[in-house]
Amino acid sequence: MPINYYIFLSVCLFCIGIIGVLTRRNAIVIFMCIELMLNAVNLLLVAFSRMHHAAAQSLDAASMAGAEAQIFVFFIMVVAAAEVTVGLAIIVMLYRNIHSVDINFLNRLKH
Amino acid sequence: MNGMITYGYLIPLLPLIGFLVNGLGRNFLSKKMIGWIGSGVMVMAFLMSLLVFNQVSAVGFKTEVLFLFDFIKTAGLDFPFALQFDQLSALFLLVITGIGSLIHIYSTSYMHEEESPHFARYFAYLNLFLFFMLILVLGSSYVTMFIGWEGVGLSSYLLIGFWFGNSNYNNAAKKAFVMNRIGDLGFLLAIFWMLAQFGTITYAGVFSKASTVPVSVITGITLLMFVGAMGKSAQIPLYTWLPDAMAGPTPVSALIHAATMVTAGIYMIARSNVMYSLAPISQNVVAIVGISTALLAATIALKQNDIKKVLAYSTVSQLGLMFLALGVGAYTAGVFHVMTHAFFKALLFLGAGSVIHAMHHEQDIYKMGGLKKKLPVTHFTFLIGCLAIAGIPPFAGFFSKDEILTAALGKNIVYYILGVVTSLMTAFYMFRMYFLTFHGNFRGTEDQYNHVHESPAAMTWPLIILALLSVLGGWIGIPAVFIEDAHLLSDFFSPLYTLSHSASQLHLSHSTELLLMGVLLLLIVIAIFTASRMFAKADITEEHSSSFGKMLANKWYIDELYEMIIVQPVNYISSFFARIIDVKIIDGMVNGVGKLIHFSARQMRLIQSGQVGSYVLIMVVSIILFFIFQMFWKI
Repeated sequence: MPINYYIFLSVCLFCIGIIGVLTRRNAIVIFMCIELMLNAVNLLLVAFSRMHHAAAQSLDAASMAGAEAQIFVFFIMVVAAAEVTVGLAIIVMLYRNIHSVDINFLNRLKH
Repeated sequence: MNGMITYGYLIPLLPLIGFLVNGLGRNFLSKKMIGWIGSGVMVMAFLMSLLVFNQVSAVGFKTEVLFLFDFIKTAGLDFPFALQFDQLSALFLLVITGIGSLIHIYSTSYMHEEESPHFARYFAYLNLFLFFMLILVLGSSYVTMFIGWEGVGLSSYLLIGFWFGNSNYNNAAKKAFVMNRIGDLGFLLAIFWMLAQFGTITYAGVFSKASTVPVSVITGITLLMFVGAMGKSAQIPLYTWLPDAMAGPTPVSALIHAATMVTAGIYMIARSNVMYSLAPISQNVVAIVGISTALLAATIALKQNDIKKVLAYSTVSQLGLMFLALGVGAYTAGVFHVMTHAFFKALLFLGAGSVIHAMHHEQDIYKMGGLKKKLPVTHFTFLIGCLAIAGIPPFAGFFSKDEILTAALGKNIVYYILGVVTSLMTAFYMFRMYFLTFHGNFRGTEDQYNHVHESPAAMTWPLIILALLSVLGGWIGIPAVFIEDAHLLSDFFSPLYTLSHSASQLHLSHSTELLLMGVLLLLIVIAIFTASRMFAKADITEEHSSSFGKMLANKWYIDELYEMIIVQPVNYISSFFARIIDVKIIDGMVNGVGKLIHFSARQMRLIQSGQVGSYVLIMVVSIILFFIFQMFWKI
């Protein structure tokens, strides 16, 4: 499959994420949109990795060049999982304090 | 290096010690103690100077340089701090320490009304002045001379403004300082130029190389030096500070503004005779400025009523004559006149001080009169001083003035005629002052008259000693027309001029010289006689001045002229800079930066709304803009 499809899919997912972040006020939805953007990038990374790897193998069947990005993606997922934990904990604390997850209430943090 | 000169550094050191002791101990030393310390160090310095002079005047004496320490020493520059003992500095040493001692002794009595701390301050300043003056004449390089030169200016400022409670006196002090600074700049530039040209600033180094550089350079250097001399020695156009400097105590006027400091300019030119002899243009400038100052100051002195102002203008005039002598190449005559003038002008100032003291600070000669009987010693010594300055033989002034006039005649007859006119005016105004002060009826109040008393011994003895010197001082320079080879001073000074190309002196026949002397003497006697007819009357009221007389009484309106063409424009420019450049532009720039940041910050803080959504929007928009920029404006 040509790389263009992967790129197009990633861009679509990323834009959906951005628009979600910009337009929604619910902290959980925003959080999900951020994850969406992250995974759009992950998808792109895997797609490019495959492309490079295929190109390298066509020259030298034993080559592993380009494959390491796929390992990289796992790391990103792990870190993202940790980040999600922290982010969700913050949102829970937020809800306990102000009984809402609407981010517009957060501007009270300014002095 | 042997004999007394090895210890020569003590001569300037002693007044410095006196300055420190009196200056630091002013709150707990008694007045008697202060007087003893102040005068004691000077008398000691004088005795040492006598010994030094004795050694210098020995036959076959060679100039000795006493190295003290390195003032500045780097790869290219070497300014040693060293003292030079030769004929010129030895003579100045004697005059400075001798008259300095007498004036210290005189001051112990003259200043006795001052409270103890001020009394000590006075003596400390006086000692400081003498320290710097001695550095000035003893230094072996132009830089050392400049240190003394600035130091005497400072001490002069401090002493003119000694009674700082009076703002007029402070202004006079500031005027003296500022005018001196103008001159000092010239001197400083001359030093820099010499350093650039010769690579050294010691006298020996500069003089030995002087003939190797173009005449135009020497002319420039000597003219700049003369600017310095104009300031310090009160010559046109920088002379107006000296009459104002009379605000200081009278002994200060005698010491600084008559006998010593104001002759520093003459010392400098006499010291640099090698260079001046190479630069005829500079010599002419010196002579012309000198004779014009002499003439101008003498005309002003004709109409002054303040006893000290008359003496001040007379000093300016006599300094002008000395510069005339230097300008026509008669360096010995110039220095000779410095010496005799120091004697009789110090005498006259101290005599005037005695009169002022007796009259309880009255200085207007129209409020005096008939003081002859009340102040016999002062009267007699003052008369000797007047005779000496008028140039009556055998008093000191006759010999030195005659030598100057003869030298002037050798150069240009116009100088001679103007010199004679100046001498006549000098005789007239000095005797006008003498008759108004000591003859006729007393014109002050009854009460004042009863309080007039002769001054104490500490004041009269210096007067008597100076009177003796004013009589005898000229005999070291008897011209050949009276006795062959009796001019001790010119023999003494001859080693100083070995390097300079002495100008061809006019050799008048003895009969012509005697005739000229006789005619001049006759004219002077007539001038004195006229003065006595006009001012020795029993009752005399203030002269009714013609418009010309008024112009003289107002000093040719020179002060007003300076006020108009220099002070006021400077004031206008400064207020322009203060109001426009400083307030509008410089302050505007500084405040503008502050205002700009304040204003932009007020606009920028609206962006910081605290709305997370807006932050994210800005971030996304920025990233998109960044991408667009990257794509379409590839660098």
